[in-house]
Amino acid sequence: MASLTSALLYLDDVQVAFDGFKALRGLSLMLEPGEMRAIIGPNGAGKTTMMDVITGKTRPDTGSVLFDGGRVDLTRHDEAAIAGMGIGRKFQKPTVFDSHSVADNILLALKGPRGPLSAWFGARNRIEPARIDRVLEVVRLSALRDRLAGSLSHGQKQWLEIGMLLAQDPKLLLVDEPVAGMTDAETETTATLLKDINRDHSVIVVEHDMSFVRALECRVTCLHEGAVLAEGRIDTVASNERVIEVYLGR
Amino acid sequence: MITLRLMRALAGREQVFLALLAALIVLVPVGNLVMPPDSVLHIPTGTVVLLGKYVCYAILAIALDLVWGYCGILSLGHGAFFALGGYAMGMYLMRQIGTRGVYGHPVLPDFMVFLNWKELPVTWWGFDWFGYAMLMVVLVPGVLAFVFGWLAFRSRVTGVYLSIITQALTYALLLAFFRNDMGFGGNNGLTDFKDILGFPVQAQSTRVGLFVLSVATLAATFGLARWLVGSTYGKVLVAIRDAESRTRFLGYRVEHHKLLVFTLSAMLAGIAGALYVPQVGIINPSEFAPTNSIEAVVWVAVGGRGTLVGAALGAVVVNALKTVFTTGALAPYWLFALGGLFVLVTLALPQGILGLLERRRAAKSTAVSPKAAE
Ligand SMILES: Nc1ncnc2c1ncn2[C@@H]1O[C@H](COP(=O)(O)OP(=O)(O)OP(=O)(O)O)[C@@H](O)[C@H]1O
Ligand SMILES: [Mg+2]
Repeated sequence: MASLTSALLYLDDVQVAFDGFKALRGLSLMLEPGEMRAIIGPNGAGKTTMMDVITGKTRPDTGSVLFDGGRVDLTRHDEAAIAGMGIGRKFQKPTVFDSHSVADNILLALKGPRGPLSAWFGARNRIEPARIDRVLEVVRLSALRDRLAGSLSHGQKQWLEIGMLLAQDPKLLLVDEPVAGMTDAETETTATLLKDINRDHSVIVVEHDMSFVRALECRVTCLHEGAVLAEGRIDTVASNERVIEVYLGR
Repeated sequence: MITLRLMRALAGREQVFLALLAALIVLVPVGNLVMPPDSVLHIPTGTVVLLGKYVCYAILAIALDLVWGYCGILSLGHGAFFALGGYAMGMYLMRQIGTRGVYGHPVLPDFMVFLNWKELPVTWWGFDWFGYAMLMVVLVPGVLAFVFGWLAFRSRVTGVYLSIITQALTYALLLAFFRNDMGFGGNNGLTDFKDILGFPVQAQSTRVGLFVLSVATLAATFGLARWLVGSTYGKVLVAIRDAESRTRFLGYRVEHHKLLVFTLSAMLAGIAGALYVPQVGIINPSEFAPTNSIEAVVWVAVGGRGTLVGAALGAVVVNALKTVFTTGALAPYWLFALGGLFVLVTLALPQGILGLLERRRAAKSTAVSPKAAE
């Protein structure tokens, strides 16, 4: 089994309460470098809250959240710092910069200095278009390069946001419900895309679509009421009685 | 070469704007100084001063558009930065009066003699030197905006809450500057200026000179703002405006980006105020009135938010309307007219006058060549 020093991400006994309501109650999770993990679980299980904790949006009340073999305590950093350490995030509701072109969305996301002066007259003004094109190719949006992001379809926005994650070149991608609102064909493409990305990035995917989760062919963790209910191969988890009771057999 | 390339990078409306400013720089001095008073082409000095005032407002509007139009920071306190720049200039002008004051004191301005003060307060030191005063014109608003912004943006105060505390800021300054013991002339403010850099402020040629300087400053302000919004930094600002948390999770320190544009904008507002004061001949605490800052927001909304040129246009159009209104029998209704204009623009013209003009033009050009679009 994984150990703290080898884990890319290590959550232990994380608790988060909102006005007395416990969204996470003793969540523990470990992710190996290079791993892809799917997270499933009923609405309100705490999947998004877990991502909020990892990315610095929400401070846990107790528990440890460690990154990079236990070297970094994520609870001591804010969103921008955590993003800078190499954790990228796609929101549950696709969020792109609507009044910018598709290419500019990628331009802003590309790895590199992020200070105001660099953006005004420094390095970010000298980014080669080829770097943008490469990302757009991966997420299959090359043809829409100059379109305003606001005019994209829901599914295309999801891809653009994944492209923005890729452009950051993070060590770990957190992808919250990437196929919500996608057609079956788009869903399939997205599974392939994420598997490609997983070749050189670690990925955590939250999703309700079980056929999509199956297509990812990775370990699955089922959350329920803020803690892990079951973990393992998809067949093992899907046949777990409690999982069927609280989630799959609704 | 470079200017040619630059002109080509600018949108049509921006070229028209700069051409218009160039025309003003030539035509207004000619109209005022060269044309005889009985000529139809003559521009009375009063008009020059009025236009100069509008130009200062246009600089303020561009400064406000940078933070509001591009970065989504609705500052309802930009009048404070304008007034502070104005006070810094006013203090220089006061020190230039010298022994020509009513009391003839070589160092102390009249109001200090009147208050029985014996020596110049530290805050006034150095203001007899033009360079120092000009430094203060940008430094005082800049430092205030930096400290204020650092506190507000770091604690992630946004939206309505931020707008409210900017109102509180300008209101607090209004109350402070009203006090005689602050040493800035109390409710009378600073006035009775004599000369600026040795030129008499009332002289016709000085007034024309100040006008030309204001227009040149407007052009420079536009150039700086255009450079900024045309760079990737401008894109970051718009990204913050549209999806602040997305920007943050991409690794941008949103508070640093906001702080830079806010501070810069306050400095530009200070410069506008400094140009305004010698032309109108007075600066008093009423310049800090919260309604002034709100009016500036209306100018930007009316002209077209997030376009720079629109902001400048809005400042001139609304103030021209204000001049017409407040000099006639309609004076008591100005605030209603202003409020009505704001509501009308918000509901009917979300992109302001500029948006309307451009839609017209776009409609015309597609009507002329329907095949071209294919
Ligand atoms: N900021 C907040 N304030 C109060 N309650 C919150 C907050 N964020 C989340 N919650 C609550 O915490 C619980 C867990 O929410 P979370 O969004 O993590 O669920 P989820 O597993 O992502 O669900 P879904 O599948 O619907 O996205 C929910 O009951 C939610 O209402
Ligand atoms: Mg969720």
